[in-house]
Amino acid sequence: MISLFIKKALRDLNGNRFLNAITIVTIGLSILIISSFALFFLNTNALLNSWKKGIRVLVYLEQDATEANRLDLRYQIQQMAGIQDILFVSKDAALDRLKQQMQSQSALLENLKNNPLPDAFEVRIVDTSRELKKVAVLAEKIASLPQVEEVEYGQHFIARFSHVISIFKFVGYAMGGLFFIATLFIIANTIRLVLYSRKEEIEIMRLVGATDRFIKAPFYIEGLILSALGSMVGLVTLFTAYCAVLSKFQASLSLEMFKIQFLSLDQIFLFLAGSMLVGWMGCYLSLKQFLKS
Amino acid sequence: MKTAENALIRIFNVSKHYASKPALINISLDIFKNEFVFLSGPSGAGKSTLLKILYLGEGITDGQVLVDGMNIARIPKQRAHVLRRKVGIIFQDYKLIPGKTVFQNIALVLEAKGLGQRFIQKKVHSVLRTVGMEDRKTSYPLSLSGGEQQKVAVARAVVGEPKIILADEPTGSLDIDAAKTIFELLTTFHQRGATVLFATHDKALIRNTQHRVIFLKQGRIQA
Repeated sequence: MISLFIKKALRDLNGNRFLNAITIVTIGLSILIISSFALFFLNTNALLNSWKKGIRVLVYLEQDATEANRLDLRYQIQQMAGIQDILFVSKDAALDRLKQQMQSQSALLENLKNNPLPDAFEVRIVDTSRELKKVAVLAEKIASLPQVEEVEYGQHFIARFSHVISIFKFVGYAMGGLFFIATLFIIANTIRLVLYSRKEEIEIMRLVGATDRFIKAPFYIEGLILSALGSMVGLVTLFTAYCAVLSKFQASLSLEMFKIQFLSLDQIFLFLAGSMLVGWMGCYLSLKQFLKS
Repeated sequence: MKTAENALIRIFNVSKHYASKPALINISLDIFKNEFVFLSGPSGAGKSTLLKILYLGEGITDGQVLVDGMNIARIPKQRAHVLRRKVGIIFQDYKLIPGKTVFQNIALVLEAKGLGQRFIQKKVHSVLRTVGMEDRKTSYPLSLSGGEQQKVAVARAVVGEPKIILADEPTGSLDIDAAKTIFELLTTFHQRGATVLFATHDKALIRNTQHRVIFLKQGRIQA
Protein backbone atom coordinates (compact mmCIF):
# COMPACT_ATOMS: atom_id res chain seq x y z
CA MET A 1 0.00 0.00 0.00
CA ILE A 2 2.81 2.42 0.92
CA SER A 3 4.55 1.81 -2.40
CA LEU A 4 1.25 2.63 -4.11
CA PHE A 5 1.00 5.90 -2.16
CA ILE A 6 4.62 6.78 -3.00
CA LYS A 7 3.98 6.03 -6.68
CA LYS A 8 0.86 8.23 -6.64
CA ALA A 9 2.74 11.03 -4.86
CA LEU A 10 5.61 10.92 -7.36
CA ARG A 11 3.16 10.91 -10.28
CA ASP A 12 1.37 13.94 -8.82
CA LEU A 13 4.65 15.76 -8.17
CA ASN A 14 5.66 15.13 -11.76
CA GLY A 15 2.30 16.41 -12.96
CA ASN A 16 2.68 19.79 -11.22
CA ARG A 17 6.37 20.36 -11.93
CA PHE A 18 6.33 24.17 -12.09
CA LEU A 19 4.36 24.69 -8.88
CA ASN A 20 6.47 22.11 -7.05
CA ALA A 21 9.74 23.59 -8.29
CA ILE A 22 8.71 27.01 -6.94
CA THR A 23 7.76 25.43 -3.62
CA ILE A 24 11.08 23.60 -3.36
CA VAL A 25 13.07 26.76 -4.12
CA THR A 26 11.06 28.81 -1.60
CA ILE A 27 11.51 26.20 1.12
CA GLY A 28 15.19 26.00 0.15
CA LEU A 29 15.59 29.77 0.66
CA SER A 30 13.95 29.61 4.08
CA ILE A 31 16.18 26.73 5.13
CA LEU A 32 19.23 28.55 3.71
CA ILE A 33 18.53 31.62 5.85
CA ILE A 34 17.85 29.65 9.04
CA SER A 35 20.83 27.33 8.55
CA SER A 36 23.09 30.34 7.78
CA PHE A 37 22.23 31.73 11.19
CA ALA A 38 22.86 28.34 12.77
CA LEU A 39 26.25 28.12 11.07
CA PHE A 40 27.11 31.63 12.22
CA PHE A 41 26.29 30.76 15.86
CA LEU A 42 28.18 27.54 15.62
CA ASN A 43 31.35 29.26 14.48
CA THR A 44 31.12 32.34 16.70
CA ASN A 45 30.54 30.06 19.68
CA ALA A 46 33.49 27.92 18.66
CA LEU A 47 35.59 31.07 18.29
CA LEU A 48 34.54 32.28 21.72
CA ASN A 49 35.33 28.89 23.22
CA SER A 50 38.74 28.83 21.59
CA TRP A 51 39.47 32.23 23.16
CA LYS A 52 38.23 30.99 26.48
CA LYS A 53 40.48 27.93 26.16
CA GLY A 54 43.50 30.14 25.74
CA ILE A 55 42.43 32.39 28.57
CA ARG A 56 45.22 33.56 30.90
CA VAL A 57 44.96 35.78 33.92
CA LEU A 58 47.58 38.50 34.04
CA VAL A 59 48.31 39.69 37.57
CA TYR A 60 50.14 43.06 37.56
CA LEU A 61 52.11 43.79 40.71
CA GLU A 62 52.56 47.10 42.42
CA GLN A 63 55.81 48.95 41.59
CA ASP A 64 57.15 48.63 45.14
CA ALA A 65 56.59 44.88 45.45
CA THR A 66 59.70 43.16 46.84
CA GLU A 67 61.13 39.72 46.06
CA ALA A 68 59.61 38.43 49.32
CA ASN A 69 56.21 39.90 48.38
CA ARG A 70 56.41 38.16 45.03
CA LEU A 71 57.19 34.77 46.51
CA ASP A 72 54.42 35.17 49.06
CA LEU A 73 51.95 36.23 46.37
CA ARG A 74 52.95 33.33 44.12
CA TYR A 75 52.40 30.94 47.01
CA GLN A 76 48.98 32.37 47.78
CA ILE A 77 47.83 32.19 44.14
CA GLN A 78 49.15 28.64 43.85
CA GLN A 79 46.97 27.59 46.79
CA MET A 80 43.82 28.70 44.99
CA ALA A 81 41.63 26.13 43.23
CA GLY A 82 41.80 25.87 39.44
CA ILE A 83 45.38 27.09 38.96
CA GLN A 84 47.40 25.11 36.41
CA ASP A 85 50.71 26.99 36.56
CA ILE A 86 52.16 30.43 37.24
CA LEU A 87 54.82 32.13 35.20
CA PHE A 88 56.61 35.22 36.49
CA VAL A 89 57.16 37.87 33.82
CA SER A 90 59.55 40.54 35.01
CA LYS A 91 59.10 44.13 33.83
CA ASP A 92 62.25 43.77 31.67
CA ALA A 93 60.99 40.55 30.07
CA ALA A 94 57.63 42.25 29.44
CA LEU A 95 59.39 45.17 27.70
CA ASP A 96 61.39 42.76 25.54
CA ARG A 97 58.19 40.94 24.59
CA LEU A 98 56.55 44.26 23.72
CA LYS A 99 59.51 45.24 21.54
CA GLN A 100 59.27 41.93 19.72
CA GLN A 101 55.56 42.42 19.13
CA MET A 102 56.03 45.99 17.86
CA GLN A 103 58.80 44.84 15.47
CA SER A 104 59.79 47.84 13.30
CA GLN A 105 58.08 50.30 15.59
CA SER A 106 60.10 49.09 18.58
CA ALA A 107 62.46 52.02 18.09
CA LEU A 108 59.81 54.15 19.75
CA LEU A 109 60.55 52.37 23.01
CA GLU A 110 64.33 53.05 22.82
CA ASN A 111 63.98 56.55 24.25
CA LEU A 112 62.24 55.45 27.41
CA LYS A 113 64.20 56.49 30.50
CA ASN A 114 62.35 54.11 32.80
CA ASN A 115 60.56 50.87 32.08
CA PRO A 116 56.86 51.78 32.71
CA LEU A 117 55.71 48.17 32.69
CA PRO A 118 55.01 46.38 35.98
CA ASP A 119 56.19 42.95 37.05
CA ALA A 120 53.47 40.38 36.47
CA PHE A 121 52.37 36.82 36.94
CA GLU A 122 50.86 34.99 34.00
CA VAL A 123 48.42 32.54 35.56
CA ARG A 124 47.15 29.60 33.50
CA ILE A 125 43.95 27.92 34.53
CA VAL A 126 43.01 24.23 34.45
CA ASP A 127 40.51 23.16 31.73
CA THR A 128 37.61 22.66 34.12
CA SER A 129 37.83 26.21 35.48
CA ARG A 130 37.95 28.06 32.15
CA GLU A 131 34.33 29.18 32.26
CA LEU A 132 34.04 32.93 32.24
CA LYS A 133 32.20 33.06 35.58
CA LYS A 134 34.77 30.88 37.35
CA VAL A 135 37.61 32.93 35.91
CA ALA A 136 35.92 36.13 37.08
CA VAL A 137 35.63 34.78 40.65
CA LEU A 138 39.26 33.68 40.61
CA ALA A 139 40.39 37.05 39.22
CA GLU A 140 38.49 38.86 41.93
CA LYS A 141 40.14 36.72 44.62
CA ILE A 142 43.58 37.43 43.21
CA ALA A 143 42.84 41.14 42.92
CA SER A 144 42.05 41.26 46.62
CA LEU A 145 45.55 40.04 47.56
CA PRO A 146 48.10 42.62 48.77
CA GLN A 147 50.67 43.96 46.29
CA VAL A 148 48.33 43.27 43.35
CA GLU A 149 47.85 46.38 41.23
CA GLU A 150 45.44 44.99 38.61
CA VAL A 151 44.12 41.72 37.22
CA GLU A 152 43.30 41.37 33.54
CA TYR A 153 41.96 38.44 31.46
CA GLY A 154 40.26 40.05 28.42
CA GLN A 155 36.99 40.21 30.31
CA HIS A 156 35.70 43.35 28.61
CA PHE A 157 36.25 42.01 25.11
CA ILE A 158 34.80 38.57 25.84
CA ALA A 159 31.77 40.05 27.59
CA ARG A 160 31.10 42.38 24.67
CA PHE A 161 31.56 39.57 22.14
CA SER A 162 29.23 37.29 24.14
CA HIS A 163 26.66 40.08 24.20
CA VAL A 164 26.83 40.50 20.41
CA ILE A 165 26.42 36.74 19.97
CA SER A 166 23.39 36.67 22.23
CA ILE A 167 21.78 39.48 20.20
CA PHE A 168 22.40 37.54 17.00
CA LYS A 169 21.04 34.44 18.68
CA PHE A 170 17.84 36.27 19.54
CA VAL A 171 17.50 37.59 15.97
CA GLY A 172 18.20 34.07 14.71
CA TYR A 173 15.45 32.54 16.85
CA ALA A 174 13.00 35.25 15.77
CA MET A 175 13.83 34.73 12.08
CA GLY A 176 13.73 30.97 12.55
CA GLY A 177 10.21 31.31 13.95
CA LEU A 178 9.12 33.55 11.08
CA PHE A 179 10.54 31.27 8.43
CA PHE A 180 9.00 28.27 10.17
CA ILE A 181 5.58 29.89 9.79
CA ALA A 182 6.36 31.00 6.22
CA THR A 183 7.43 27.50 5.19
CA LEU A 184 4.37 26.04 6.86
CA PHE A 185 2.08 28.29 4.84
CA ILE A 186 3.98 27.75 1.60
CA ILE A 187 3.53 23.99 1.88
CA ALA A 188 -0.06 24.30 3.09
CA ASN A 189 -0.88 26.54 0.12
CA THR A 190 0.85 24.30 -2.40
CA ILE A 191 -1.08 21.29 -1.17
CA ARG A 192 -4.28 23.37 -1.07
CA LEU A 193 -3.80 24.40 -4.71
CA VAL A 194 -3.28 20.78 -5.70
CA LEU A 195 -6.34 19.76 -3.69
CA TYR A 196 -8.53 22.35 -5.40
CA SER A 197 -7.22 21.38 -8.83
CA ARG A 198 -8.17 17.78 -8.05
CA LYS A 199 -11.39 18.43 -6.21
CA GLU A 200 -13.47 16.39 -8.65
CA GLU A 201 -11.01 13.51 -8.58
CA ILE A 202 -11.13 13.41 -4.79
CA GLU A 203 -14.93 13.44 -4.87
CA ILE A 204 -14.90 10.50 -7.31
CA MET A 205 -12.45 8.64 -5.09
CA ARG A 206 -14.83 9.09 -2.18
CA LEU A 207 -17.77 7.84 -4.25
CA VAL A 208 -15.94 4.64 -5.19
CA GLY A 209 -15.29 3.86 -1.53
CA ALA A 210 -11.89 5.39 -0.81
CA THR A 211 -11.24 6.21 2.82
CA ASP A 212 -9.94 9.62 3.88
CA ARG A 213 -6.67 7.90 4.78
CA PHE A 214 -6.35 6.56 1.23
CA ILE A 215 -6.97 10.05 -0.18
CA LYS A 216 -4.68 11.83 2.29
CA ALA A 217 -1.64 9.53 2.27
CA PRO A 218 -0.18 10.57 -1.13
CA PHE A 219 -0.55 14.24 -0.17
CA TYR A 220 1.40 13.70 3.04
CA ILE A 221 4.11 11.94 1.06
CA GLU A 222 4.14 14.86 -1.41
CA GLY A 223 4.53 17.33 1.47
CA LEU A 224 7.37 15.29 2.96
CA ILE A 225 9.16 14.98 -0.39
CA LEU A 226 8.77 18.71 -1.16
CA SER A 227 10.08 19.78 2.25
CA ALA A 228 12.95 17.26 2.17
CA LEU A 229 14.00 18.41 -1.32
CA GLY A 230 13.62 22.06 -0.25
CA SER A 231 15.84 21.59 2.78
CA MET A 232 18.41 19.73 0.66
CA VAL A 233 18.49 22.64 -1.80
CA GLY A 234 19.00 25.07 1.12
CA LEU A 235 21.71 22.98 2.79
CA VAL A 236 23.61 22.26 -0.43
CA THR A 237 23.58 26.00 -1.25
CA LEU A 238 24.88 26.74 2.24
CA PHE A 239 27.62 24.13 1.87
CA THR A 240 28.68 25.61 -1.48
CA ALA A 241 28.83 29.09 0.08
CA TYR A 242 30.75 27.65 3.05
CA CYS A 243 33.35 26.07 0.74
CA ALA A 244 33.73 29.35 -1.14
CA VAL A 245 34.19 31.33 2.09
CA LEU A 246 36.59 28.73 3.47
CA SER A 247 38.88 28.78 0.45
CA LYS A 248 38.92 32.58 0.41
CA PHE A 249 39.21 33.52 4.07
CA GLN A 250 40.56 30.63 6.13
CA ALA A 251 44.18 31.34 5.19
CA SER A 252 43.89 35.06 5.90
CA LEU A 253 42.18 34.47 9.25
CA SER A 254 45.28 32.54 10.44
CA LEU A 255 43.59 31.37 13.60
CA GLU A 256 45.63 28.50 14.93
CA MET A 257 43.11 27.28 17.46
CA PHE A 258 40.03 27.91 15.38
CA LYS A 259 38.85 26.43 12.10
CA ILE A 260 35.64 27.50 10.37
CA GLN A 261 33.40 24.46 10.53
CA PHE A 262 30.22 23.29 8.77
CA LEU A 263 27.10 21.84 10.40
CA SER A 264 27.61 18.36 11.83
CA LEU A 265 25.75 15.36 10.39
CA ASP A 266 23.41 15.43 13.38
CA GLN A 267 22.61 19.08 12.74
CA ILE A 268 22.03 18.46 9.03
CA PHE A 269 19.71 15.61 9.92
CA LEU A 270 17.92 17.90 12.38
CA PHE A 271 17.31 20.48 9.65
CA LEU A 272 16.05 17.78 7.30
CA ALA A 273 13.76 16.27 9.93
CA GLY A 274 12.55 19.71 11.05
CA SER A 275 11.75 20.70 7.49
CA MET A 276 9.89 17.43 6.89
CA LEU A 277 7.93 17.96 10.08
CA VAL A 278 6.89 21.38 8.79
CA GLY A 279 5.93 19.74 5.47
CA TRP A 280 3.79 17.23 7.29
CA MET A 281 2.13 19.97 9.35
CA GLY A 282 1.42 22.03 6.21
CA CYS A 283 -0.33 19.02 4.66
CA TYR A 284 -2.23 18.36 7.85
CA LEU A 285 -3.59 21.93 7.90
CA SER A 286 -4.68 21.87 4.25
CA LEU A 287 -6.18 18.40 4.30
CA LYS A 288 -8.04 18.98 7.54
CA GLN A 289 -9.67 22.08 6.13
CA PHE A 290 -10.30 20.64 2.66
CA LEU A 291 -11.73 17.25 3.60
CA LYS A 292 -14.03 18.85 6.13
CA SER A 293 -15.71 20.81 3.37
CA MET B 1 -39.76 -14.71 -2.71
CA LYS B 2 -40.16 -11.03 -1.94
CA THR B 3 -40.26 -10.78 1.85
CA ALA B 4 -38.93 -8.11 4.20
CA GLU B 5 -35.96 -10.38 5.00
CA ASN B 6 -35.04 -10.42 1.33
CA ALA B 7 -35.12 -6.64 0.98
CA LEU B 8 -31.68 -5.21 0.30
CA ILE B 9 -32.85 -1.61 0.32
CA ARG B 10 -35.70 -0.48 2.60
CA ILE B 11 -37.01 3.05 2.39
CA PHE B 12 -39.55 4.19 5.01
CA ASN B 13 -41.50 7.44 4.63
CA VAL B 14 -38.52 9.32 3.27
CA SER B 15 -38.79 13.01 2.50
CA LYS B 16 -36.09 15.30 1.21
CA HIS B 17 -36.30 19.06 1.01
CA TYR B 18 -33.85 21.44 -0.64
CA ALA B 19 -34.26 24.68 1.32
CA SER B 20 -38.06 24.75 1.42
CA LYS B 21 -38.59 22.98 -1.91
CA PRO B 22 -39.55 19.28 -1.59
CA ALA B 23 -37.60 16.86 -3.80
CA LEU B 24 -39.03 13.64 -2.32
CA ILE B 25 -42.26 13.34 -0.37
CA ASN B 26 -43.01 10.41 1.90
CA ILE B 27 -41.40 7.68 -0.20
CA SER B 28 -41.67 4.08 1.02
CA LEU B 29 -40.11 1.31 -0.99
CA ASP B 30 -38.43 -2.11 -0.73
CA ILE B 31 -35.89 -3.33 -3.27
CA PHE B 32 -35.08 -7.00 -3.07
CA LYS B 33 -31.91 -9.02 -3.50
CA ASN B 34 -30.97 -9.63 -7.15
CA GLU B 35 -33.86 -7.46 -8.36
CA PHE B 36 -33.61 -5.19 -11.41
CA VAL B 37 -35.71 -2.10 -10.82
CA PHE B 38 -36.31 0.84 -13.13
CA LEU B 39 -36.81 4.18 -11.48
CA SER B 40 -38.62 6.28 -14.00
CA GLY B 41 -40.22 9.66 -14.28
CA PRO B 42 -39.70 13.06 -15.87
CA SER B 43 -36.71 15.31 -15.13
CA GLY B 44 -36.96 16.78 -11.64
CA ALA B 45 -39.12 13.93 -10.37
CA GLY B 46 -36.60 13.03 -7.68
CA LYS B 47 -34.91 9.97 -9.25
CA SER B 48 -31.34 11.25 -8.82
CA THR B 49 -32.10 12.53 -5.32
CA LEU B 50 -33.30 9.09 -4.29
CA LEU B 51 -30.15 7.44 -5.67
CA LYS B 52 -27.93 10.08 -4.01
CA ILE B 53 -29.54 9.29 -0.67
CA LEU B 54 -28.71 5.62 -1.17
CA TYR B 55 -24.98 6.28 -1.67
CA LEU B 56 -24.79 9.00 0.99
CA GLY B 57 -24.45 11.78 -1.55
CA GLU B 58 -27.36 13.52 0.18
CA GLY B 59 -28.92 13.33 3.62
CA ILE B 60 -32.63 12.88 4.25
CA THR B 61 -34.99 15.36 5.85
CA ASP B 62 -37.33 12.75 7.27
CA GLY B 63 -37.83 8.98 7.37
CA GLN B 64 -35.44 6.02 7.44
CA VAL B 65 -33.35 4.15 4.89
CA LEU B 66 -31.71 0.75 5.35
CA VAL B 67 -29.15 -0.40 2.81
CA ASP B 68 -28.03 -4.00 3.32
CA GLY B 69 -29.06 -3.68 6.96
CA MET B 70 -27.22 -0.38 7.53
CA ASN B 71 -29.25 2.59 8.71
CA ILE B 72 -27.75 5.32 6.55
CA ALA B 73 -28.71 8.11 8.97
CA ARG B 74 -26.37 6.51 11.53
CA ILE B 75 -23.35 6.19 9.28
CA PRO B 76 -20.81 8.89 10.20
CA LYS B 77 -19.08 10.70 7.33
CA GLN B 78 -15.75 8.98 7.98
CA ARG B 79 -17.45 5.55 7.68
CA ALA B 80 -19.25 6.34 4.41
CA HIS B 81 -16.75 4.13 2.52
CA VAL B 82 -18.19 1.03 4.22
CA LEU B 83 -21.54 1.59 2.51
CA ARG B 84 -20.04 2.83 -0.75
CA ARG B 85 -18.05 -0.38 -1.14
CA LYS B 86 -21.33 -2.30 -1.20
CA VAL B 87 -22.59 -0.04 -3.98
CA GLY B 88 -21.39 0.55 -7.54
CA ILE B 89 -22.47 3.89 -8.97
CA ILE B 90 -22.87 4.86 -12.62
CA PHE B 91 -23.48 8.50 -13.54
CA GLN B 92 -24.91 10.10 -16.65
CA ASP B 93 -21.72 12.20 -17.00
CA TYR B 94 -19.51 9.11 -16.35
CA LYS B 95 -17.37 10.84 -13.67
CA LEU B 96 -14.14 9.27 -14.85
CA ILE B 97 -10.84 10.84 -13.74
CA PRO B 98 -9.41 12.46 -16.89
CA GLY B 99 -5.78 12.22 -15.73
CA LYS B 100 -5.96 8.46 -15.26
CA THR B 101 -6.07 5.77 -17.92
CA VAL B 102 -9.04 3.46 -18.36
CA PHE B 103 -7.17 0.78 -16.40
CA GLN B 104 -6.23 3.17 -13.59
CA ASN B 105 -9.80 4.49 -13.30
CA ILE B 106 -11.11 0.98 -12.74
CA ALA B 107 -8.21 -0.19 -10.57
CA LEU B 108 -8.80 2.75 -8.20
CA VAL B 109 -11.81 0.97 -6.66
CA LEU B 110 -9.72 -2.07 -5.74
CA GLU B 111 -6.70 -0.01 -4.66
CA ALA B 112 -8.96 1.90 -2.26
CA LYS B 113 -9.87 -1.45 -0.72
CA GLY B 114 -6.18 -2.18 -0.18
CA LEU B 115 -6.08 -5.20 -2.49
CA GLY B 116 -2.84 -6.54 -3.95
CA GLN B 117 -1.56 -5.41 -7.35
CA ARG B 118 -1.57 -8.93 -8.82
CA PHE B 119 -5.22 -9.43 -7.95
CA ILE B 120 -6.06 -5.94 -9.23
CA GLN B 121 -4.37 -6.63 -12.59
CA LYS B 122 -6.28 -9.86 -13.01
CA LYS B 123 -9.65 -8.50 -11.92
CA VAL B 124 -9.49 -5.29 -13.97
CA HIS B 125 -8.51 -7.19 -17.11
CA SER B 126 -11.38 -9.58 -16.56
CA VAL B 127 -13.91 -6.75 -16.21
CA LEU B 128 -12.45 -4.90 -19.19
CA ARG B 129 -12.92 -8.05 -21.25
CA THR B 130 -16.55 -8.32 -20.15
CA VAL B 131 -17.34 -4.74 -21.18
CA GLY B 132 -15.28 -5.07 -24.36
CA MET B 133 -12.74 -2.38 -23.54
CA GLU B 134 -9.58 -4.44 -23.01
CA ASP B 135 -7.86 -2.93 -26.04
CA ARG B 136 -8.45 0.61 -24.71
CA LYS B 137 -7.01 0.07 -21.23
CA THR B 138 -4.16 2.55 -21.71
CA SER B 139 -6.41 5.23 -23.25
CA TYR B 140 -7.47 8.30 -21.33
CA PRO B 141 -11.21 8.91 -20.86
CA LEU B 142 -11.36 12.06 -22.98
CA SER B 143 -10.06 10.16 -26.00
CA LEU B 144 -13.04 7.78 -25.83
CA SER B 145 -16.56 8.14 -27.22
CA GLY B 146 -19.49 8.64 -24.82
CA GLY B 147 -20.52 5.01 -25.11
CA GLU B 148 -16.97 3.81 -24.43
CA GLN B 149 -16.65 6.09 -21.42
CA GLN B 150 -19.89 4.72 -20.03
CA LYS B 151 -18.63 1.17 -20.54
CA VAL B 152 -15.58 2.09 -18.45
CA ALA B 153 -17.87 3.61 -15.82
CA VAL B 154 -19.86 0.36 -15.74
CA ALA B 155 -16.62 -1.61 -15.39
CA ARG B 156 -15.58 0.64 -12.50
CA ALA B 157 -18.97 0.19 -10.84
CA VAL B 158 -18.85 -3.61 -10.99
CA VAL B 159 -15.15 -4.37 -10.48
CA GLY B 160 -15.52 -4.41 -6.69
CA GLU B 161 -18.40 -6.91 -7.01
CA PRO B 162 -20.91 -4.70 -5.19
CA LYS B 163 -24.24 -6.04 -4.02
CA ILE B 164 -26.04 -3.05 -5.47
CA ILE B 165 -25.56 -1.11 -8.72
CA LEU B 166 -27.05 2.38 -8.76
CA ALA B 167 -27.27 3.72 -12.30
CA ASP B 168 -28.29 7.36 -12.55
CA GLU B 169 -29.47 7.99 -16.13
CA PRO B 170 -26.56 5.90 -17.52
CA THR B 171 -27.95 6.05 -21.06
CA GLY B 172 -29.06 9.67 -20.91
CA SER B 173 -26.18 11.01 -23.02
CA LEU B 174 -25.81 8.05 -25.37
CA ASP B 175 -27.14 7.14 -28.81
CA ILE B 176 -29.56 4.22 -29.16
CA ASP B 177 -26.92 1.57 -29.89
CA ALA B 178 -24.61 2.65 -27.08
CA ALA B 179 -27.58 2.86 -24.68
CA LYS B 180 -28.58 -0.68 -25.66
CA THR B 181 -25.04 -1.95 -24.99
CA ILE B 182 -24.98 -0.35 -21.55
CA PHE B 183 -28.38 -1.79 -20.72
CA GLU B 184 -27.22 -5.24 -21.82
CA LEU B 185 -24.09 -4.95 -19.71
CA LEU B 186 -26.13 -4.07 -16.65
CA THR B 187 -28.42 -7.00 -17.40
CA THR B 188 -25.33 -9.26 -17.53
CA PHE B 189 -24.14 -8.09 -14.11
CA HIS B 190 -27.67 -8.42 -12.76
CA GLN B 191 -27.69 -12.03 -13.94
CA ARG B 192 -24.41 -12.53 -12.10
CA GLY B 193 -26.14 -11.61 -8.85
CA ALA B 194 -26.17 -7.81 -8.50
CA THR B 195 -29.22 -5.81 -7.51
CA VAL B 196 -29.70 -3.00 -10.03
CA LEU B 197 -31.56 0.25 -9.55
CA PHE B 198 -31.69 1.95 -12.93
CA ALA B 199 -32.93 5.54 -13.05
CA THR B 200 -34.08 6.66 -16.49
CA HIS B 201 -36.58 8.90 -18.20
CA ASP B 202 -36.20 6.93 -21.45
CA LYS B 203 -39.64 5.42 -22.07
CA ALA B 204 -38.31 3.15 -24.82
CA LEU B 205 -36.16 1.29 -22.32
CA ILE B 206 -39.03 0.44 -20.00
CA ARG B 207 -41.82 -0.03 -22.54
CA ASN B 208 -41.64 -3.82 -22.84
CA THR B 209 -39.58 -4.64 -19.79
CA GLN B 210 -40.36 -7.53 -17.47
CA HIS B 211 -38.56 -5.74 -14.60
CA ARG B 212 -40.34 -3.75 -11.92
CA VAL B 213 -40.77 -0.08 -12.80
CA ILE B 214 -41.26 2.60 -10.15
CA PHE B 215 -42.64 5.91 -11.43
CA LEU B 216 -41.76 9.07 -9.64
CA LYS B 217 -43.52 12.37 -10.26
CA GLN B 218 -42.90 15.58 -8.35
CA GLY B 219 -41.20 13.63 -5.57
CA ARG B 220 -43.95 11.08 -5.07
CA ILE B 221 -44.32 7.44 -6.18
CA GLN B 222 -47.11 7.08 -8.72
CA ALA B 223 -49.34 4.06 -8.41
